[in-house]
Amino acid sequence: MTATSASLRPPVSPKRAGFQSVLRAEWVKFRTVRGWIAGLGVAVLACVLFSYLVANGTHSGTCTGTGTNCKSGHPFVPTGPDGQAVADSYQYLARPLTGNGTITVQVASLSGLISSSPVNVAPSLSSTRPGLAGWAKAGLLLTPGTRQGSPYAAVMATAAHGIRFQYDYASDRAGLPGAVSATSPRWVRLTRRGDTITGYDSTNGASWHKIGAVRLPGLPATVDVGLFVTSPVSFHDGTGHQTQATGAFSHIALAGKVSGPWHSRSIGMSQADFYPTLGAGSMHRSASGFVLTGSGDIAPAVVQGVLGTNTAASTLLLGLTVGLIALIVIAAMFITSEYRRGLIRTTFTAIPRRGRVLAAKAIVIGAVAFAIGAIAAAASIPLGEHLLTSNGDYVFPASAAAVVQVVAGCGLVNALTTIAVLALGTMLRRSAGAITAGIVVFVLPYVIGSSLSGSIETWLFRLTPAAAFSVLGVLPRSALVDYPYTFGNGYYPLPPWAGLLVLAAYTVAALAAARVLLARRDA
Amino acid sequence: MSDATIEVSGLRKRFGATQALDGMTFAVPPGRVTGFVGPNGAGKSTTIRVILGLDAPDEGHALIGGQPYQQLHQPLRRVGALVDAAALQPSRTGRSHLLWMARSQKLPARRVDEVIELVGLARAARRKAGGFSLGMRQRLGIAAAMLGDPPVLILDEPFNGMDPEGIIWIRHFLRSLAAEGRTVLVSSHLMGELQDTADQVVVVGRGKVLADATVDELLARAAGDQVLLRTPEPGNAVTALEPAGATVAVTDHGALTVTGIGAQRVVEVLSQAGVAFSEVTTRRASLEDVYLQLTGNVTEYRASSGMEAGR
Repeated sequence: MTATSASLRPPVSPKRAGFQSVLRAEWVKFRTVRGWIAGLGVAVLACVLFSYLVANGTHSGTCTGTGTNCKSGHPFVPTGPDGQAVADSYQYLARPLTGNGTITVQVASLSGLISSSPVNVAPSLSSTRPGLAGWAKAGLLLTPGTRQGSPYAAVMATAAHGIRFQYDYASDRAGLPGAVSATSPRWVRLTRRGDTITGYDSTNGASWHKIGAVRLPGLPATVDVGLFVTSPVSFHDGTGHQTQATGAFSHIALAGKVSGPWHSRSIGMSQADFYPTLGAGSMHRSASGFVLTGSGDIAPAVVQGVLGTNTAASTLLLGLTVGLIALIVIAAMFITSEYRRGLIRTTFTAIPRRGRVLAAKAIVIGAVAFAIGAIAAAASIPLGEHLLTSNGDYVFPASAAAVVQVVAGCGLVNALTTIAVLALGTMLRRSAGAITAGIVVFVLPYVIGSSLSGSIETWLFRLTPAAAFSVLGVLPRSALVDYPYTFGNGYYPLPPWAGLLVLAAYTVAALAAARVLLARRDA
Repeated sequence: MSDATIEVSGLRKRFGATQALDGMTFAVPPGRVTGFVGPNGAGKSTTIRVILGLDAPDEGHALIGGQPYQQLHQPLRRVGALVDAAALQPSRTGRSHLLWMARSQKLPARRVDEVIELVGLARAARRKAGGFSLGMRQRLGIAAAMLGDPPVLILDEPFNGMDPEGIIWIRHFLRSLAAEGRTVLVSSHLMGELQDTADQVVVVGRGKVLADATVDELLARAAGDQVLLRTPEPGNAVTALEPAGATVAVTDHGALTVTGIGAQRVVEVLSQAGVAFSEVTTRRASLEDVYLQLTGNVTEYRASSGMEAGR
């Protein structure tokens, strides 16, 4: 064996070794350590396993007597036109309208009752005080059918939000401000022309102002039009109280081809319906028109106690955290094992530009961790949903966007955390120190946060890396529903993108510090 | 200035209270094996780390072909280095270790197999490096240094842990690299390892160069040959020899060590003076003697003779 066999001289590229070659080198380094690849598998399995355990241990049902006679399951939750969970409970007085037409009414008054029963006593009309929920509604509603979750368009007076034009549960336009009273009644009007419904309001019934219009595609020739009243749960000090509203209507005018008599119905106000209501709906004629009494809401369904807080992501949190710990160990070792063995010197002789090494390692570990988080979430979501549903739990339906948020979010939480831990490992140069620091900074705030209560936990989920767990927040939230959207009720204090930005700030700071130390220190 | 010359000038570096490098200056030309010798702690490894851009000197600079290492593009194609043979991820195979280095220099995987063959690791290359003996690690390190077929090679203590067969192989290998016109810098704390290999020797101690010469020049610089003299009349012998220009030292067992004049002259002087003697022997100076003379007063840590005896 002689050196002459080594004289096969590869062509020396005049160009500098591009960053791509650094990236490929770091990728070869990563994939050629079997323990790390096995660790990735452990991270996925841990996430799926813990999701399974959490989902399996979550049961819903109603129990009577000593608790031995339990009925599994949850009350009925309607599904709206967009597949979202909705509340659809109201008192309705309507007539069929065929073809184009217009309905006009004066809302003369809106008053109500609020349950004053203690939390552990079933609400009844015998224990109430006068008052209105902010989103108590009385007005006109047009719908192809009264099956709960049907499309609709409505124009209404509200207790605290003025006149509104709303359709299909989540869409809302503001009209005239101010409350209805005997001295300032409000006029509202709905017009159907083809598939398009237009809402108007007026203070005098003479000069009309258009609030908005909506096209409800596939609207049948004959629809129901009429008066409705509903009144949602009102929250004081975090406790919900059922309410009931009564609206007085007069000067009803219906132009168009109407058939049949006025028909009064209570929609979604039975025992089987999830939305908590107060009393029974009713209708009676008055001298100048009709008086309707109703309870419920026509809006997106957000958590109202009986439904629980299960979502596509609700079983993921523990598994994501356990999987993250495995990834933190791998990310730390990815750099600290080089320091431990002195391999870092070989690395820096091959790639003297140390920032490139750090960047390439960050990209490799970040991409790997993203994939692992996304795969684990994508596997855990259907598993968790299936188990929860078969345990009788209600699972809020997840939109495609929500699933993408959770899957990509889990990937991003993993990626940003592992990159930050890589930077910590670069700074500390010791496996034990880097792993400990990684867990203390990136996992502990979550553990502490979920065992505390009140404002401290809220701040932990705002300021610490645990903020990024808000990517799991897919519980529905709506400006049209007054509800304490607190952490205790399952809502993260920050929106997902803001939570990720908080974590990203930690990651960027760690990377910057690592970069400075890397350049300053001898290898 | 050749593209492959290593130029070290005025390096100073302090680690806490220790002045590791204290004006280290030398040049390593291509086409020959240059030994870099000094006791442990003399600054050899620090100098090599500075040359490779791993450590920043407080003062001075090190250039390869006129450029600082950090400015080399695809540096493994210009400089092959063996810094620490033990620096391996134990669970990665030898081949994978070379593969990531090859990827970082845009070298094909084929080149990895070539250098594995070159250093005789073909059978072990797909095993985890954690199970490699020190000798195998040294071979893997040399394979890594040869990966980019570089015109400059820097090897820090490559003989450590090598078996006798490996030492012979590496000596032959280094000489053939130099014969191909490459620059070869080899460090060792034992002069004996380099005596038959190096053309030029840079002797360092306490962070600076003590001697920078060819092996022949160093031998000539030795404090001359010594003559060992056994005589029943040491007093008369000293009286006779000193006027003739000799320096005489008394050693144990009645023997004298004479320096300054050759054995021939000693015999002549003693014969003229009528001094009887039983033995006159010439002791030739070795490179080791020169090394010990040079470093004797600067050694911080005595080189462990155990390592030498162990081989």
